[in-house]
Amino acid sequence: MSADPIGISSATASLRRDRAAEAPLVPASSIAGRTLIIVVAIMTFLASLAAGGAMLVAQASQEWRSTVSREATIQLKPATNRDMEADLGKIVEAARGTPGVAEVRAMTKRESELLLEPWLGQGVNLDEVPVPRMVVLKLASGVRVDFEQLRRRIAEISPNANFDDHRMWSERLADMANALVAIAVVLLVLIVTAMGLAISFATHGAMAGNREIIEVLHFVGASDQFISKQFQRRFLWLGLRGGLIGAGMASLVFLGAGLLSRRLAATPSGEQLEALFGSFSIGWPGYSAIALIAVLSAALSGQTSRIIVFRRLRRLT
Amino acid sequence: MVRFENVGLRYGMGPEVLQDLSFAIEPGSFQFLTGPSGAGKTTLMRLLLLSLRPTRGLISIFGQDASTLDKDAITSIRRRIGVVFQDFRLLDHLTTYENVALPLRVQNQAEDEYRNEVIELLRWVGLGDRMQVYPEVLSGGEKQRAAIARALIVRPELLLADEPTGNVDPTMARRIIRLFVELQRSGTSVVVATHDLGLMDQFDGARRLVLGDSRLHIYD
Repeated sequence: MSADPIGISSATASLRRDRAAEAPLVPASSIAGRTLIIVVAIMTFLASLAAGGAMLVAQASQEWRSTVSREATIQLKPATNRDMEADLGKIVEAARGTPGVAEVRAMTKRESELLLEPWLGQGVNLDEVPVPRMVVLKLASGVRVDFEQLRRRIAEISPNANFDDHRMWSERLADMANALVAIAVVLLVLIVTAMGLAISFATHGAMAGNREIIEVLHFVGASDQFISKQFQRRFLWLGLRGGLIGAGMASLVFLGAGLLSRRLAATPSGEQLEALFGSFSIGWPGYSAIALIAVLSAALSGQTSRIIVFRRLRRLT
Repeated sequence: MVRFENVGLRYGMGPEVLQDLSFAIEPGSFQFLTGPSGAGKTTLMRLLLLSLRPTRGLISIFGQDASTLDKDAITSIRRRIGVVFQDFRLLDHLTTYENVALPLRVQNQAEDEYRNEVIELLRWVGLGDRMQVYPEVLSGGEKQRAAIARALIVRPELLLADEPTGNVDPTMARRIIRLFVELQRSGTSVVVATHDLGLMDQFDGARRLVLGDSRLHIYD
């Protein structure tokens, strides 16, 4: 006599072969899946661009500020009753004697004249024009310079000398960079809100389309948590697909921009772009942030749908 | 097991569709629920399944007052009830096997734990070779049997079957009712809603709950 007269073993083996995983209880076709994937992909793409852009600006601004703050300049205006070269020598000496100043270089008259060329054009005879002379100070990093004392010392040497520690520029750059980062954060919030609303609409649509399935699940003893988890799982998967597509596209944009900026680096326009925005490379922190945005998009998608489904089921009597 | 006391139900501001229903369903009992079309058999089944709340009266189920139950308690009670719907309510995107396993799956049981049991039950109701097909290719009788198997898989304490023989030939109808009688003998309370008087006559010993004029008449 057979130990398995009704053939359960063979049926079980056949079931195992045929079924790689349990079928989802919320059918894929009942959700506007493709539309949702596209919406999440676009939102993730925009969010990644905003985040990456903010990182580029913050990075570039940091570079500008550190460059500007490591330099100071002294401008000496010509005056008829003063020996400009003598004043210049004393100012250089005073600057060299100030703790924290690493390097002092007085620009030659020709170099000072060259600074005016972009405004006055080439070929202008500047011999008769009272061109101020510049002294550039490189500051040692990590050492605090007593700018007030240096400013007083220079004023004692010549009333026509002005000391500029570039603080105003630095503050303006910081304000501009902070404003750009704030705009990016606002954009991110708006994008996340829009994505949440899109997921919410899709979830409501999916619930309406699956009303009968939800009813049957309730009748066979499914809890609200179980049903909302089924929707969460479906939307999490859709969100992950959309998020990965959007993040992939954004990464390609940043990679392409980085390559293009490297290729243009030798050209004048490339130099200006690099001066403004740095190397256009967001580096691994940037790509990590984009990957995180993709994961967060998926999590937002799954969690939003779960909360909405759970709340609506709780309200059902 | 189940007790109704002066239960009434109306939809909105309309007239009462069920009036002053008072009856009890004892453990291990078998009853037919009958009456003309539109008499409220399905509505009464929905009250028993706690998917409708009465507008007045008391319903007590498994010793608990239904009006005080929260959603989690209702879920727990439904896990003790098997239900066969008039229109089967099989999920079209799941195979016969998956439909029958559904009540166990929603209780988060691992498939390894219930696979053999589901296969055995499917073979018992004659669907052993239809496990992997979808409801759209099943005949009416096969869908009926799949729906019955789904109701039985949790070994319910109370079985509610709404017109379970409506889509099958008389021979199959008798087989299904015999199956329910077997279940009743093993301790399950069974309520079968039907308007098939001929079928009820073949199981003459069963109690009859007859709905008419919105009221319930009991013939023990």
